[in-house]
Amino acid sequence: MATAPHWFIAATIPAGRFSAVPGTNDTHALRVSHLSKRYGGVVAVRDASFEVEPGEIFGIIGPNGSGKTTTVECLQGLRDPDQGELSVLGLDPRTQGSALRNRIGSQLQESALPDRIRVWEALDLFGALSPRSRSWASLARDWDIYEKRNSAFASLSGGQRQRLFIALALVNDPELVFLDEMTTGLDPAARRLAWDLVRAVRERGTTVVLVTHFMDEAEALCDRIAVFRQGDVVAVDTPAGLIERVAAGSTVTFTAADSDLPWLAEVPGVDEVSREGTRFAVAGSGPLLAHVASALVARGIAPLDLDTRRATLEDAFMELSGGDDAA
Amino acid sequence: MSTLVKLTWVETKLFVREPLAVIFSFAFPIFVLFILSGVFGTELDRGDEEEVRIWRGVTPNNYYLPAYVGLTMAAIGLITLPLRLASYREEGVLRRFRAAGVPVASIIGSQALVALGMAVIGSIAMVVVARIGYGTELPQLWPETIAAFALSALMFAAIGVFLGSLLPTARTAQGAGLIAFFVMMFISGAGPPRETLTGAMQTLSEVLPLTHVVILLQDAWLGFGWDLPAMLVVVATGVVATAASVRFFRWE
Repeated sequence: MATAPHWFIAATIPAGRFSAVPGTNDTHALRVSHLSKRYGGVVAVRDASFEVEPGEIFGIIGPNGSGKTTTVECLQGLRDPDQGELSVLGLDPRTQGSALRNRIGSQLQESALPDRIRVWEALDLFGALSPRSRSWASLARDWDIYEKRNSAFASLSGGQRQRLFIALALVNDPELVFLDEMTTGLDPAARRLAWDLVRAVRERGTTVVLVTHFMDEAEALCDRIAVFRQGDVVAVDTPAGLIERVAAGSTVTFTAADSDLPWLAEVPGVDEVSREGTRFAVAGSGPLLAHVASALVARGIAPLDLDTRRATLEDAFMELSGGDDAA
Repeated sequence: MSTLVKLTWVETKLFVREPLAVIFSFAFPIFVLFILSGVFGTELDRGDEEEVRIWRGVTPNNYYLPAYVGLTMAAIGLITLPLRLASYREEGVLRRFRAAGVPVASIIGSQALVALGMAVIGSIAMVVVARIGYGTELPQLWPETIAAFALSALMFAAIGVFLGSLLPTARTAQGAGLIAFFVMMFISGAGPPRETLTGAMQTLSEVLPLTHVVILLQDAWLGFGWDLPAMLVVVATGVVATAASVRFFRWE
């Protein structure tokens, strides 16, 4: 399958597939307002609110037990929320769950198929649930399980099962798909393949809600991300926006024999210089690496290990989700 | 509807791919019937009033065939079906089905249809074996036998769905199913003839659904007629089990 660059995909979302839901002004693909859910005395989700726009890849990240899965289960009508309003494709998952399930796709954590069902049988069976289903063979080829079509579910590897589940989630050509820990159990190559395919799914106009533990995945795929922490939504922003919140700027590091480089503080953009032995760390903002490099070279210093580090989504996540238990 | 048909077809294939389920549902009752028919024989001493009473006036092999047709249904309804539904719940298959929008009626309906189909196939195989092995008679009253068969098979399918809905795990379903199956097998007429049971055993056997299934099937098969009280018990049990399944069904 073709892998178009990110900007291309964003520009080619078919217009009109998500026209306003009849009878309402709701143009969101999905809306959560003030969702709360508790299990016994344990609060799973507390007053969560966010919206997902049509054609977005929307990420939900957070440590284990922070309410991500509960939220998407409520959105699919698999659990009843205690409080709050939910709207998915203009439908209420609580009362219109069966109508909704024909229009959404769902890849769940902790689900399975009968041990002896064959790959093609599962795709064919789930395809029979919707009149507009894709042919199972093309889907199986997309997700690289076609050669396993006659294998029993129990004989599949973890990665093959995961790919089958994603294919099953897409078999009814959904308008919106929930992918809960989609790439767990996939090897690095299969993860990259899955990312390309998710972009291609969005290219066809499907909104994607992606629950993930992997920050690189969220950063690479998601247009916007909701960060969960102990049942609260602590931030909803673009990956860049989230990074900006916790750490603007970058740090340049290098090794130099000179014991002191006082002129570094004068380089444009530099805020702070620290040194440990011969190892320097220069924190600042703007095109810091270019300025520092040029200043070093001008003084005849050309360190081999000159490097720069910008804050990543992982840094932002650790800060926002506030825990070492973060995945 | 197409979901029900497709799911029933898939479930049929899955059933056939489980060797243990096939053995238990088909081979085990046939095997025991074959032994009992051999041990108790194909003759009845008409002069011995006690023996005539015990065997309801027919030869032992004829006495046992309808009882084992009932036992085949019991094996499917008490063991195979609850185990399947409970495993589906435990492993997350039901969760997967639900998220995909598979209607609960299709899940339960496909299980009931597979149970019915397997009971038909198992019974035909049993009749063939009994006929070839011991010259056992075919049903005397065909319409009554077919009606009795259908009602009984549906009742055990309903009990199977009920147990599969009620019992949370595959382990509990298997344990409970096996206990219920063997208790019924031994005192509902598929073990020693009911006339030879002690008073307490007979009383207990009165409350077991297989007893009434055996009576209903035997009466039609052997030409004694249509046993209305037995039919009422079978129908009532089926209705209650169906209502209870709807009440207790759990996706996860």
